[in-house]
Amino acid sequence: MTITGYKNHPYIPNSDPKIQEEMLKEIGLKSLDELHGEIPEELKLKELLDLPQPYGSEYELKRGVDEIMNKNMSTAETLNFLGAGCWQHFVPAVCDEISRRAELLTGYAGEVYNDHGRFQTLFEYESLLAELLDMDVVNVPTFDWPQAAATSLRMASRITKRGEALVAGTVGRDRLLIMKNYCDPGVKLVLVDYDKTTGKMDLKDLKKKISNDTCAVYFENPSYLGVLDDQGEEISQIAHTNGAISVVGVDPSSLGVLAPPSEYGADIICGDLQPLGMHMNYGGGQSGFISTRNEERFVEEYPSRLFGVVPTIVEGEYGFGDVAYERTSFGNLREKGKEYVGTQTALLGITAGVYLSLLGPKGMEELGRNILQKSAYAIGLLSKLPGVNGCRLASPVFKEFVVDFNGTGKTIKEINEKLLARGIFGGKDLSEEFPEMGQSALYCVTEVHLKKDLDKLAQALEEILRG
Amino acid sequence: MNRIKVGLIVNPIAGMGGKVGLKGTDGVKILAEAMKRGAAPNASALVRQALEELIPLRDQLLFLTVAETMGETLCRSMGFEFQVVHRPHNVGWETTSQDTRIAASEMAKENPAVILFAGGDGTARDLYEALGQGPLVLGIPTGVKIHSPVYANTPHQAGQLARDFLAQGNLSTKLEEVIDLDEEALRQGKVYTSLYGYLRVPYKREYLQNKKAPTPLSDKEAQGAIALYLIDHMEKDIIYVIGPGTTTQAILDGLGEAGTLVGVDVVCNGELIRKDCGERELLEVVAPGKTRLVLTPTGGQGFLLGRGNQQISPEILKMVGKENIIVLATEDKLIKQYGRPLLIFTGDEKTDLALKGYYRVITGYGSSMMVPVSVG
Amino acid sequence: MKRIVRTSKVRNFHQARWNEPIIFELSKKGERGVLIPKAEAEISAAVGDGLSRLPDALRRKAPLNLPEINQKRVLMHYLRLSQENMGGNLNIEIGQGTCTVKYNPSVNEAIANNPKMTELHPLQDQSTAQGILEVMYQSDLMLREISGMDCFTFQPGGGSQAAMTMASIVRMYHRINGEETRRDEIITTIFSHPSDAAAPALKGYKIIKIMPDENGLPDYDAFQAAISERTAAFVVANPEDTGLFNPKVRQFTKLVHDAGGLNCYDQANANGLLGIARARDAGFDMCYFNLHKSFGTPHGCGGPGCDAVGVTQSLRDFLPKPLVGYDGEKYFLDNNLKYSIGKVKSFHGTPQVVLRAYAWMMSLGAAGLYEVAKVAALNNVYLNTKLLAHPAITLPYGTKTQRIEQARYTIAKLTEDTGFTSEDIARRVMDFGMHIWSSHHPFYIPSPLTLEPTETPSKEDLDEYIETLHHIFDEAYDNPEIIRTAPNNSTTHQTDESSLDDPAQWCPTWRVYLQNAK
Repeated sequence: MTITGYKNHPYIPNSDPKIQEEMLKEIGLKSLDELHGEIPEELKLKELLDLPQPYGSEYELKRGVDEIMNKNMSTAETLNFLGAGCWQHFVPAVCDEISRRAELLTGYAGEVYNDHGRFQTLFEYESLLAELLDMDVVNVPTFDWPQAAATSLRMASRITKRGEALVAGTVGRDRLLIMKNYCDPGVKLVLVDYDKTTGKMDLKDLKKKISNDTCAVYFENPSYLGVLDDQGEEISQIAHTNGAISVVGVDPSSLGVLAPPSEYGADIICGDLQPLGMHMNYGGGQSGFISTRNEERFVEEYPSRLFGVVPTIVEGEYGFGDVAYERTSFGNLREKGKEYVGTQTALLGITAGVYLSLLGPKGMEELGRNILQKSAYAIGLLSKLPGVNGCRLASPVFKEFVVDFNGTGKTIKEINEKLLARGIFGGKDLSEEFPEMGQSALYCVTEVHLKKDLDKLAQALEEILRG
Repeated sequence: MNRIKVGLIVNPIAGMGGKVGLKGTDGVKILAEAMKRGAAPNASALVRQALEELIPLRDQLLFLTVAETMGETLCRSMGFEFQVVHRPHNVGWETTSQDTRIAASEMAKENPAVILFAGGDGTARDLYEALGQGPLVLGIPTGVKIHSPVYANTPHQAGQLARDFLAQGNLSTKLEEVIDLDEEALRQGKVYTSLYGYLRVPYKREYLQNKKAPTPLSDKEAQGAIALYLIDHMEKDIIYVIGPGTTTQAILDGLGEAGTLVGVDVVCNGELIRKDCGERELLEVVAPGKTRLVLTPTGGQGFLLGRGNQQISPEILKMVGKENIIVLATEDKLIKQYGRPLLIFTGDEKTDLALKGYYRVITGYGSSMMVPVSVG
Repeated sequence: MKRIVRTSKVRNFHQARWNEPIIFELSKKGERGVLIPKAEAEISAAVGDGLSRLPDALRRKAPLNLPEINQKRVLMHYLRLSQENMGGNLNIEIGQGTCTVKYNPSVNEAIANNPKMTELHPLQDQSTAQGILEVMYQSDLMLREISGMDCFTFQPGGGSQAAMTMASIVRMYHRINGEETRRDEIITTIFSHPSDAAAPALKGYKIIKIMPDENGLPDYDAFQAAISERTAAFVVANPEDTGLFNPKVRQFTKLVHDAGGLNCYDQANANGLLGIARARDAGFDMCYFNLHKSFGTPHGCGGPGCDAVGVTQSLRDFLPKPLVGYDGEKYFLDNNLKYSIGKVKSFHGTPQVVLRAYAWMMSLGAAGLYEVAKVAALNNVYLNTKLLAHPAITLPYGTKTQRIEQARYTIAKLTEDTGFTSEDIARRVMDFGMHIWSSHHPFYIPSPLTLEPTETPSKEDLDEYIETLHHIFDEAYDNPEIIRTAPNNSTTHQTDESSLDDPAQWCPTWRVYLQNAK
């Protein structure tokens, strides 16, 4: 029996029966049934798949899918204070325009000649981020922050030939799960305590846990909980004294005003590009970067591609190529693990490059300053609410901060439900992830929050806590 | 200005046989036959193709070469600066392999950057005799079918590789096999090859623009990984008989020992206990049940054990047993078999058949490939 | 006026060539690209400038050397670079075999650029994300039907993460059964994607590769010899990158099951099988689809993408968290997976890619998917037949065996005759606005070209491609100089790669270039 397909579908030019007849004739076949000849009969499906009826026209398709998506309430219509690894930032129109260009959007693995655009935009992104981080080498981006961190740890393990990494205890639990899965087996992750008052790393515990088996010390600045740790220099020193590598994860949106970890001894810097021009996309806008100095022992360990600039046979023409493509990370001698490249998040790297080109040094400074001011203002407002500590951890913070509601007698779940009813997405509930914090929530404030938004939040909370 | 010294040895009679249906021209008798059939030397024209690639560097090079048709004529006509380091007694048609060897030795004394040579497998063997693995060499193919991978694929490519090497100076080098060919058997239509020695050549990996997926390790790194895996899994008090080849040699390098590339060495408890053994010596050392034989294909055509491996006799193989044979090879080498099985030829049919089958060939640290081994 | 005559069979193409400087060279002090909101006066009054209160150690000292460029110039720069990129929607993208570059429908972009997608935060209350959760759930159901599997996750961001997920599940599965230490080997083939070996190796597995037999199919005898009680899993693509479908696949999977291992199906090459055959029926326990391949979502120059990993019911509990569930009334994120491997990627994967794949499937339906597979095969066999009319190109393993949706060719004869390699031909192809890549190592087939038309090109497109390739093959013999110097009509010319492997010379960023290049 013959299964009927879909003739004259706009995506399938050769689904026209006449053309099919023509083509079949030219290749000496009688019907489409004679294709797939090598598949055994018992494996071939005898009827069409049982799938939902497709939309009959482009109009109906768009309308139908839009109707489903309209069941969402997006942060464009609400006031959002969620962060925790994905943050709401302003996306410049030029970023959208470039990232939606068909040439880049539908590009893939062309050569350095006919995909010159891809190579140059990614080289420029690498170079721009290198300036932000004050480092020399940046990878073509990987999936997200935890992937970048996990890869950095594997790199450190290969360089030092050691198998244990010390990880700051404030790393988000989901991030830790991803890092664990990627590092196992090969690199054992051991958590280092944090000071419960300040949220900073407990250096006593670090000194206790570090050993000759430590390949790296990993911490984040700001941390998952928003805390800025000013012990960076000492942490790097402790790592280096013990022959370990200092790996620091950062939020690049902070580096217009905050010190990049290269200023306090970091050997490998990693983090997420999402704040630099990426829409949140329900978590799909994440993109991980890894950066080091231009030292052979580091460059050799990148499992990502590194694009470099080269001359061509024509004077004055910029060309590109892969730096150190045959490096040992693709098959380090003793490590059974070859890391590997493939499709990751190239377009997001390009977008980050556009973003940094637009903002420039002044824009990045304005961004950082704005976020610091707004966070401070929000903390001030919330601390005025009865039973609320606007910033539980006694340290400077950037963008995110732990708001302690324990004194209110209400749960975060309750509070967030009531906030939702008022069109506000409250901060992430930390009560399960960090039980020692009780009913606390992680609030995120960025440049998208105007004063009136913060006032609205304070007012809503005031009403909720009262009632 | 200090010019870069480049050796050039042209074997003017190589390749003559092919055009008139003879295989090879080693030996004065065969050469005479070839000339009788009307063969004319064409090595010059092909070497010219290669040297044309070096013209952009002409001002920086000084050729060390051999008189008249063995290189001088070509250098002069192409405008290269040159020096004749050897004048054979009978230059021209009757130059012999001894002339090649003398010329090479003389050149080596001047420390040239690379010695280019044109000829066939025989010429490569002559160079090996004279030079060993010291100086860098590169073959320009002009003979009939060449088995030794010390030659580039075409004269044109040889020239390009030489030019890139001399201009950039940072190309990798590696040891390549010099193949011994039984010329008499060849004339009877039988191709018997074996490993003769090694020469060091410059090389450039086939460079792929498209890098969506990682390239495999370079040969050297792959061999290092294989050796490390073996070393890490060596058992105490077990005798390891290490066969010829660069892949197996990497084990000795890894242990910090100096073995023999073309010979059979023996290792136990991480130390080299016997070097370059003959069959008799091996018989003294091999203990049934406590011996592993470590082999890698060599000598062209993928022979694991072939006519050149007299030392590893059927008796020794019987004592070792098939299950104690460990085969190593880089993935690259196995790929280039293009589906042909690896081969065994010991001369004893029963032994050969007993060793046939699928082997798990170690190709890296923790990676292996199932490879068929057949009778050669 | 006269008719404009267009008779050339090959395209008279020239790519854009703007010769743009590197972005830093456009910097002019004082220029601004975009203005960022400033804190309101009251806020500054209340909290100060935000910076002065920070400890010195935290404040940036190193000058920020980002370029200062006006907005138009930034846009112009990137628009020009964009023009110098050969996107799949711009050209007849047949030459990227194994990547399945097909039409990425514009309507899907319109759908995905909806703020109802772009402005969703992954942690917002699930009641506010019912739309996207519904899309993900429905996509899961559709993929189950397509593959025969029982449950899908969309968390992996690409094929390499899918392979990682697969290897993690295999490890966890054997751990639960107490056989983790014993089963430390994974078998794959040399035609499988390198990630299929690399990810398990990272997970501590020893990898055994099987070579093809004389028909180009995985060697069954070798496979049998490789199976043992140490076998954890078998990972394979079918058809492989050669385009050859292994009709004995069920014998292979049975051997693995009998030995207690799992069968993992890399469905990167699914485009020719949609609606034709299913993973489950061939004996696989899990499979993974690249949505950015067969399901028409854009490649983005190398991501972001999404891989859907599907498993049988018995493996459901091993999947990464969360899955998307439906309780009859509402959709929810399901974290209740007993033996979950944890997470492989942040949050819920790449939902905006799933949305596009959903729209693609809902435009085609079952009949459409069947048509896709049939036309992909038709286009491929048509391409095979007409391409092979030229003696320079042959199909390894012969033409008797029909390929499915792609084929790996060899131009070994051309290489032998002319010295030109696949790479040389690829450089000349660009002069006609087309593209070929030689596919990954190992080069088991010498001088390879892997072509995969998909269902996207028309007959005219195919004819143009074939004509162009034939033309270039002829040039290899008749006009070698034009190939030696190619490309000449592309954006740039041949590069000098000598610095790329030299630590003293390589320039991975502009600042290193300024230091190293004299």
